[in-house]
Amino acid sequence: MNPLERAYRDHWARLLAILTAELRDLDAAEESLQDAFASAVSAWPPLPDNPPAWLLTAARNRAADRRRRNAVAARKLPLLIVDESEQPSDDRLSLIFTCCHPALSMEVRVALTLRCVGGLGTRQIARLFMVSETTMQARITRAKKKISQAGIPYRVPAGPELAARRDGVLAVLYLIFTEGYAAAEGERLIRDEPAAEAIALARMLAGLMPDDDEVAALLALMLLHHARRDARVDAEGRLVTLAEQDRSRWHRDEIREALAIMRPGPPGAYLLQAAIAAEHATAARAEDTDWPAIAQLYALLEALTGSAVVRLNRAVAVAEARGPERGLQLLEGLEERLPRHHLLPAARAELLRRLGRLEEAAAEYTRALALVGTVPEREFLQARRAEL
Amino acid sequence: MKYALLLYSATGAWAEASEQEQAAIMAEHEKFTALLVERGALVGGEALHGPEQGVTLRRSGGDALRTDGPFAETVEHLGGFYIVEAADLDAAIELARACPEEIVEVRPVVESSG
Repeated sequence: MNPLERAYRDHWARLLAILTAELRDLDAAEESLQDAFASAVSAWPPLPDNPPAWLLTAARNRAADRRRRNAVAARKLPLLIVDESEQPSDDRLSLIFTCCHPALSMEVRVALTLRCVGGLGTRQIARLFMVSETTMQARITRAKKKISQAGIPYRVPAGPELAARRDGVLAVLYLIFTEGYAAAEGERLIRDEPAAEAIALARMLAGLMPDDDEVAALLALMLLHHARRDARVDAEGRLVTLAEQDRSRWHRDEIREALAIMRPGPPGAYLLQAAIAAEHATAARAEDTDWPAIAQLYALLEALTGSAVVRLNRAVAVAEARGPERGLQLLEGLEERLPRHHLLPAARAELLRRLGRLEEAAAEYTRALALVGTVPEREFLQARRAEL
Repeated sequence: MKYALLLYSATGAWAEASEQEQAAIMAEHEKFTALLVERGALVGGEALHGPEQGVTLRRSGGDALRTDGPFAETVEHLGGFYIVEAADLDAAIELARACPEEIVEVRPVVESSG
């Protein structure tokens, strides 16, 4: 990585956050900063003593030029509302909370966060989400316009609002993370890039909110999942289940880092998920997995979230810990809440198979095959049904 | 900034409410109005008669105007609005939360640059 790339990676978000507060215009801040990096391409080397200070000065000069040139033309958009009463310790937090404001749609929050906080180019973001660059550019432009026109403030929420808004930010980061795994189509089953970007963002947020246990827990959760990336797909590009993964290919250093970050506290949704992932990550072999502990964690998570998907996972864990019969009991009545979810009949089929109730199992595999979306999963289910 | 709080209610809900219920709703709105006044946030606002009392003009090509009656299939209709002054969207949302209606849409008012 050359000094310019390093400066971009290390300082983009911080510089953009400062400029946005000063100029009260996200768009102008972004353009000026981009110009500053562009001028660094020809001006460096020699490398200035303080690259971020050099870039900030260059961007401020660009912004002043731009303002002079446009002074006659009336401003099209109102200025950003910057809360000057309480200065956050770091403007990047204001930037993050503004990009993840609940008045913006989820897809817009994701795009804006990657652009402004992650410093990704529009083309890169478009590629991550498999939409055209034009579409993504339009999405980001619309978002900036809305922030300005709707009066979305540039500030870190305070008081009781903070926890809810923080959860909104975490949801954005987690959505970016899962994008790489959610691939329902495309050449590759799993793409690592969105996860890596999400981890970088979570790392930044954890640094900015060091006392927040859920932020730390989300970072740990991402690290634990991501540490398994090389073992998830086999040489032919097929999915490998957790139980069958070659655990020597897991990134142990990342697992260790995640375990060190997790702090016991009042269990939040991300801490519980991270604890479950940690149980898997620390089992030397699949058969060493502490299923009773995992089942217990899923029970807590279900109580907290009321999610039907969590119930499904809990049933699988209970089946491992206490036998397939107990698992099946927990699956009862879930159809109404998960009518189109192929994993429900698939899980039921698996448990019925273990109980030797083969005809019922075959019927459930057929039901799952009618709902399944991706080719690898379809092949997996067909093979299972054929084995009966 | 000025924001419009647009209040939506189920069509017929007001007409079907008993006198006591209507009085209770009115009292809630008086309380809300008092809160806006206390915060110096009240710019204006009106309650609207139901869509069955109104008429809709629709320009369909050329200059011909078509008038439409009430839409029976409409589930929710605009029942009234407040115009409030708020520092930013978060402050407007906070006011909207205090508003005694099921559905409140918060829309920034276009500021005339003149």
